[in-house]
Amino acid sequence: MSMMHVNTTVNGDEVEFLCDSRETLLDALRDRLGQMGAKEGCGTGDCGACSVTLDGRLVCSCLVLAAEAEGRQVGTVEGMAEDGGTLHPLQRKFIEHAALQCGICTPGILVAAKALLEQNPDPSETEIRYWLAGNLCRCTGYDKIVRAVLDAAAEMREDA
Amino acid sequence: MMALDDRKTNFKYIGTRPDRPDGLDKVTGRARYGADIQAPGMLHGAIVRSPHAHARILKIDASKALALKGVKAVVTRADFPTGLTGEDWNLQENVMAGEKALYDGHAVAAVAASSALIARDAAKLVEVEYEPLPHVTDVDAAMRPDAPVIREGAADYSVPEGMHPNVVRRIEFGRGDMDAAFAEADEVLEATYRTEATHQGYIEPHACLAQLGADGKGELWCCTQGHWFVRRMCASVLGLDASQLRVTPSEIGGGFGGKTTIFIDPVALALSRKAGRPVKIVMSRSEVLRATGPTASASMDIKLGMKRDGTITAAQGTFRLQGGAFPGAPTAETMQCAFACYEIPAILEIGYDVITNRPKQAAYRAPGAPMGAFAAESAIDELCRRMGLDPLEVRLKNAVKEGSKSSYGPTYPRIGLVETLEAAKAHPHYSAPLGPNQGRGVASGYWFNWGGETSVSMAVSEDGTVQVSVGTPDIGGSRASMSLMAAEALGIPYENVRCNVVDTGALGVNEPTHGSRATYASGLATIEAAREIAGKLCQRAADKWGIDAEAVIWEDGCAKPSGPNAGDFPPMPIAEIAAEMGQTGGPISGHFEATPNGHGGSFGTHIVDIEVDPETGRTTVVRYTVVQDAGKAIHPAYVEGQFQGGAAQGIGWALNEEYIYGTDGRLQNPVFLDYRVPVASDLPMIDTVIVEVPNPGHPYGVRGVGETGITPPLPAIANAVAGATGVRLRQLPMTPPRILAAIQANG
Repeated sequence: MSMMHVNTTVNGDEVEFLCDSRETLLDALRDRLGQMGAKEGCGTGDCGACSVTLDGRLVCSCLVLAAEAEGRQVGTVEGMAEDGGTLHPLQRKFIEHAALQCGICTPGILVAAKALLEQNPDPSETEIRYWLAGNLCRCTGYDKIVRAVLDAAAEMREDA
Repeated sequence: MMALDDRKTNFKYIGTRPDRPDGLDKVTGRARYGADIQAPGMLHGAIVRSPHAHARILKIDASKALALKGVKAVVTRADFPTGLTGEDWNLQENVMAGEKALYDGHAVAAVAASSALIARDAAKLVEVEYEPLPHVTDVDAAMRPDAPVIREGAADYSVPEGMHPNVVRRIEFGRGDMDAAFAEADEVLEATYRTEATHQGYIEPHACLAQLGADGKGELWCCTQGHWFVRRMCASVLGLDASQLRVTPSEIGGGFGGKTTIFIDPVALALSRKAGRPVKIVMSRSEVLRATGPTASASMDIKLGMKRDGTITAAQGTFRLQGGAFPGAPTAETMQCAFACYEIPAILEIGYDVITNRPKQAAYRAPGAPMGAFAAESAIDELCRRMGLDPLEVRLKNAVKEGSKSSYGPTYPRIGLVETLEAAKAHPHYSAPLGPNQGRGVASGYWFNWGGETSVSMAVSEDGTVQVSVGTPDIGGSRASMSLMAAEALGIPYENVRCNVVDTGALGVNEPTHGSRATYASGLATIEAAREIAGKLCQRAADKWGIDAEAVIWEDGCAKPSGPNAGDFPPMPIAEIAAEMGQTGGPISGHFEATPNGHGGSFGTHIVDIEVDPETGRTTVVRYTVVQDAGKAIHPAYVEGQFQGGAAQGIGWALNEEYIYGTDGRLQNPVFLDYRVPVASDLPMIDTVIVEVPNPGHPYGVRGVGETGITPPLPAIANAVAGATGVRLRQLPMTPPRILAAIQANG
């Protein structure tokens, strides 16, 4: 079995790994690079637990082949807090609003919400709900998640 | 156990909303869930599953799989011990098929290999020869005389002769003169209601990492709601001594009852024993949907009598539930919860547990209760609409209260149904105007809650901070609740407590986080362990002061002299006592273990507004309010979260979610795209009202809150659809095609 050699950038760090041509970006992040923040909930792009950004664009990493990361910039939940550990406002607001119960969907939702706020710093409740419609949460009923995103957006606008 | 008059009511920490202790790990991606665990030398397992709903297994040939480079072991049922009986046999048969595959997705063999990809490839190379057999997946069809027999001899003593062998249990209870009571009614409704099987839909698929040696000693890391249950089940399925298997729970990515049993765990252990290396198995989503434990489906006949003033005179129900290929459908719970909210003088309920060619059902949030509530609360609403009665007034008129004899027998202690109904009636939602094509529905619901085997240890550290060791995995913020209760009982800051969920080697048996028991039972044990510690701290202070321990009280985190002859000493804080404890008698710890049974039942009442598009039959939930009795909300934000999450799951069950089996007996929708759980854009904000009628069985008044909330949404939404459209949907889910067909049939 011949493995592929991939050079990529994850959360600003240059990394390289060997992988099978069938492996997904999610597999490579988790099994080759030890970045366990992205989760596999379905493997078919329906749940969003594996959400990452690829050159800034929100993707399901279970639907991207690991080899496609060659030369690209990958962003995961592990890169959201600043160096030194200061949390992103979304991360803080998720804790403050009790916007997670089991927490398995949280990394994907945080990455997706960050991508939303970068495009639209002042989203309505409806815009948040449609943007996050690809990220399943089975615990919360989304109420506190939507409130946390609204609150984080408001704080980020004030600080901007 | 605490007496009622010891119950505390003025709280410093209870009822506040501090950050959860595991929050930081969970927002940074550091929290370690089932699939995040690795071990040196680890192999990966994959499972070979039956493509047939019902088939005899003639031959399993693994030679091609074993010839693949990297494959280290293959196991079949031949690698498991024989001679098991009862539920142990059911579990073993379910995790690895024996003579027959009993449902689409049933495990028939498993492979361990050096990578997950090789294991998956190898699983495809295992050749299984099947003889397909006739199958049945519908509960009513499975009871008919011509239905294929899934297994002879599965029925217990309760099933009368002459019934189909697929009927494995019959239950009957009731009281009163039914004929006379129905004769007193001004209106009598007779109708049949159906609910489809749904799945808990936890986002984290089952995952485990197992290591089992030839010496019978094992280690298992897994995502589970209850690792002692996993230990006991794996030990019996594999013929191990329970104490030789240590089970450590990972963080758990949702469970809702579905992670209280075993599927892949004993298979990974068997593979590890055979390969001599650790083996990790992670399920795919389609494996989760095909081969874990969805709910039962139900078919229910209801007859209900009501007077013109809203008094319910009589209720009769026949409840048929299928729970897959093994006994265990929650028929009793469906029956007991159906009319649990009402005082009804005459009642007769008959229930059947039926086996079919579907996966073995598992618990799902108030198992059985939503089905019964759908039937009973829909029927009540039908009579209210027929007679022009207010549905909340009718519920208030018949509501059970302290001292009422429940429909299923026991007399209720202090309960809070009336309070939830009054709060719902007073809520602005109930009197808000409705728009065109909109309807409003209400319904109440009940769950028993549970105590269960519980063991908690607590220890004081040298700096006066405290660690709590609990055995109930934290599925929705319970470590925050335990820390709050420990802080309250010891009078120390919340931040000075660290609560850990520990492995099976660290405590005696704990039942899982199920039955809405964790905050009640582990919480009660935490408070009692803290009180033991407080007593020991007082003793150390008394020794130092040279006075009797009886003359010392524990208050605000300090030992204080108390009483006329105690003397005048400054309060001695926990940190001061802890710093010296090595010299004053050694470590200070507390422990409490019991099977507490003072769990108070929880009632809830929901109000929902929906809008139906008359062109498409699509239903939109436009407003939702949950009112539920929490007894005492320890961390209100997570109580609200339970209310909201339960409502969301109930909405999914009512409108979208169902197991769809084809005529071939195979599951047609084993992916999230087709098994559609509610997404963010499907739901409005979910308003919550926490009613607090303290539970006399808990020192701080806690009732479990996790499960009741999934029960009212099913009927509440059906009642709202009736209001919006004038048609009554008696079958779930109320999908757009079904609603449209009902509207069109109604003209």
